[in-house]
Amino acid sequence: MEERKDYSEYAVVMKGITKRFPGVLANDHVDLFVRNGEIHAIVGENGAGKTTLMNQLYGLLHPDEGKIYIRGKEVKIRGPGDAIRLGIGMVHQHFMLVKTLTVAENVVLGSETKKGFLFDLREARRRVKELSEMYGLYVDVDAKIEDISVGMQQRVEILKTLYRGAEILILDEPTAVLTPQETEELFEIMRKLKESGKTIIFISHKLNEVMEITDNITVMRLGKVTGRLKTSQTNPKEIARLMVGRDVLLRVEKKPREPGKEVLRVEELWVKDNRGLDAVKGVSFTVREGEILGVAGVAGNGQTELVEAITGLRKIESGKVYILGRDVTNYTPKLLREMGLVHIPEDRQKHGLILQFYGYYNAILGKHYKSPFCYEGVLNLKNIMDHAKKIYEMFDVRPRDPKIPAGNLSGGNQQKLILAREMSSNPKFALFAQPTRGLDIGAIEYIHKNILKLRDMGVGILLISMELEEIFSLSDRIIVMYEGEIMGELKPEETNFEEVGLLMAGHTLQEVRSGVV
Amino acid sequence: MMIESRVRSILVPILAVLIALLIASIIILLIGKNPLMAYAVMLKGAFGSVRDLTNTIVKTTPLILTGLAVGFGFRAGVFNIGAEGQMAMGALFATIVGMNLGTVPPFLAIPITMFVGMLMGAIWAGIAGFLKAKTGAHEVITTIMLNWIAYYLGNYMVAAPLAVGSGTPKSPEISASARLPVIISVQAIDLTPGIIIAIIAAVIMYFLLERTSMGYEIKAVGFNPYASEYGGISVSKNVVLSMAVSGALAGLAGALEVMGLHHRYLGALTAGKGFDGISIALIGQNHPIGIIFAAFLIGSLRTGSNAMQFAGISKHIVMIIQGIVIFLVAADRIVRTMMDYAKYKRMKSEVGVEG
Ligand SMILES: Nc1ncnc2c1ncn2[C@@H]1O[C@H](COP(=O)(O)OP(=O)(O)OP(=O)(O)O)[C@@H](O)[C@H]1O
Ligand SMILES: [Mg+2]
Repeated sequence: MEERKDYSEYAVVMKGITKRFPGVLANDHVDLFVRNGEIHAIVGENGAGKTTLMNQLYGLLHPDEGKIYIRGKEVKIRGPGDAIRLGIGMVHQHFMLVKTLTVAENVVLGSETKKGFLFDLREARRRVKELSEMYGLYVDVDAKIEDISVGMQQRVEILKTLYRGAEILILDEPTAVLTPQETEELFEIMRKLKESGKTIIFISHKLNEVMEITDNITVMRLGKVTGRLKTSQTNPKEIARLMVGRDVLLRVEKKPREPGKEVLRVEELWVKDNRGLDAVKGVSFTVREGEILGVAGVAGNGQTELVEAITGLRKIESGKVYILGRDVTNYTPKLLREMGLVHIPEDRQKHGLILQFYGYYNAILGKHYKSPFCYEGVLNLKNIMDHAKKIYEMFDVRPRDPKIPAGNLSGGNQQKLILAREMSSNPKFALFAQPTRGLDIGAIEYIHKNILKLRDMGVGILLISMELEEIFSLSDRIIVMYEGEIMGELKPEETNFEEVGLLMAGHTLQEVRSGVV
Repeated sequence: MMIESRVRSILVPILAVLIALLIASIIILLIGKNPLMAYAVMLKGAFGSVRDLTNTIVKTTPLILTGLAVGFGFRAGVFNIGAEGQMAMGALFATIVGMNLGTVPPFLAIPITMFVGMLMGAIWAGIAGFLKAKTGAHEVITTIMLNWIAYYLGNYMVAAPLAVGSGTPKSPEISASARLPVIISVQAIDLTPGIIIAIIAAVIMYFLLERTSMGYEIKAVGFNPYASEYGGISVSKNVVLSMAVSGALAGLAGALEVMGLHHRYLGALTAGKGFDGISIALIGQNHPIGIIFAAFLIGSLRTGSNAMQFAGISKHIVMIIQGIVIFLVAADRIVRTMMDYAKYKRMKSEVGVEG
């Protein structure tokens, strides 16, 4: 791209942006051109440097080299305050909410409604409610952030940006935690915003979304821009090739397999949520060896509580859980792990990782007290490091240096580290909650293959996912959860997205099959 | 431009000390004295003779241990500001047991007395840990309350059941066999192996935190209790454990003060050394080696300040120095922000942002 100085038709121009972290060149002379009033996608593998680039636009990081132009005018963005004044808003990949405050308080935080000198909570609630209704982003404005699901928290983040009236919106993987329905609603909002002249930068690993909603695409790979595409003149295959540098299978092949004996039995399980309300209401199911049971459902219908109850993180009020025939109801996570359970948690930063710990320490979480990592209470750092290097290699965690603290890895690579740790520990029963959230398509392909490999090795698997595609392509059986109950059990080859979608909306299987709805 | 965090954690305290000395010298100037002279006197007071140096080392010993106590707590994510009370309890019970070990040979009596001190410190802090784990009561509140209980319990013991002699309330002396041997004695100041014990404690703390699964768990719980629980680590167990280890270190400080210095319990035995532990942990950046140096710094400031007092300069100058050092270290972020601000200003003069 040749040097030119008139950038007035662009909402955002980033020229020659270079950002180094110790040992990592996260952005290498990146040029980004975003036109006024367009929806612009940035796509690229995990660790390609997308978030880093956006953090520089939002003032959270400062470029080592390069220039930024907003609406044609060169600017220096010293912090988010500057960015907000310039009309830039950002929804982060990992939420930045105050857990102990309510939804309304979070949304207005930093620009609080006032009554005299006092914070006017009632006005804040009213305005947040109004905003959420206006855009169809329904939230319980009085709920505390720590009590609501990841999907709900994402809505709050989006609301927060809208509340501040940004002209240029950066959405870093906003749909990673949304259901297809919610995504559609978000797209509606995005279209409305675009109509009203706003500019949106949209990061996503889901190429169908990119195809649907964006006007132009910038593809990144290893810190560099590898392509600039017009959405209307490209296709997912081409984008994928530019991203990954090879062709990607967008669907994995699943061999038929006879399931073996029962590994997990859940009987009449009742579990409460953080507010003490029933979240799981008398759920029963089984998972057998070499079988994947998919749990479909809109976020917040009891899946989180179900998973936490089975994995010992949440109290079971009544009902039973059996693993390999043994009653493990209300066992501690440690005992469950010793019995061969592994768990990929839904919220990777809350449960999955200790962000301040080095990668190699995270690579042994849950096994840290056992040989070969620990003998007589003393850690064997060499074995720990060797193990970390091995699983980093196997699961392509980048950068390949386990000495980097987990918090400094890109979102997708954090997820890969968790998957690497859990999947490499010879499980008998595996519980995957949103396993590929935030992964790039190459990584998803790899993880899907490996989940199936575990299944073929005889591991019983419970798969919770909001991605219907994922549920359909991996599961042997599907159950659908709605308001804490199971609406029906289906086989993927005997059903379709629409039918499952109806169950997710609260219809029973009988209703659906008998044509009532 | 970006300073490595390890270099930074060494640089910041050193810079803080230098800046503090500079600011204090202005204050000394303002009160009409010569700062160079004052510092010379202070240096001489802390290191000027074998006696002074010995004195400094003796003063440093308990400070290393209380610093380790608080620093260990910080690493484990607990804010143990009860080292003062834990030290007092350690000293009190080390005295009670040490008084009755006359018939036990030193090679048993010494470890027993030390152990009792550590145990009592551990129990005292463990109470706060238990309350935190079971009821969520914050350890800052409970350890402060426990400090007062320990303080008055100690005063009561030396005022009534244990009281001997007249004058300052004090307990009887501990048996000779429970005292630390004297390495050298310089004009009534005894150097005991206490300093070596304190340094060994620092090494053990380092090993515990960095090389054991116990340290792994304690740090994990401090950083992220949710992920710890997920990883099969008991949060409540580790909260109690880290408080107990922290308290044991403070209790050891108390025991060593009894065994090496006072040979008995006195109400004024702790004299704020437990609270100094907080400053020392901060200055030492919660690192065992850093804590040794920080304790030595504070210890020498203390001995030096006495000399300064004789030279007619208030010893409170030293408190000012200490205060400024802590302020600067704790407010490392301020330094950072100032550095960033300078950078921003430079950027702003290049290209403005309209607001
Ligand atoms: N604070 C940091 N310190 C050190 N390295 C960092 C830091 N933040 C990011 N990195 C590194 O910079 C690179 C780019 O990371 P970035 O988060 O921008 O990736 P990304 O494209 O957003 O990936 P993902 O799709 O996984 O979110 C990675 O190698 C990452 O490890
Ligand atoms: Mg990212």
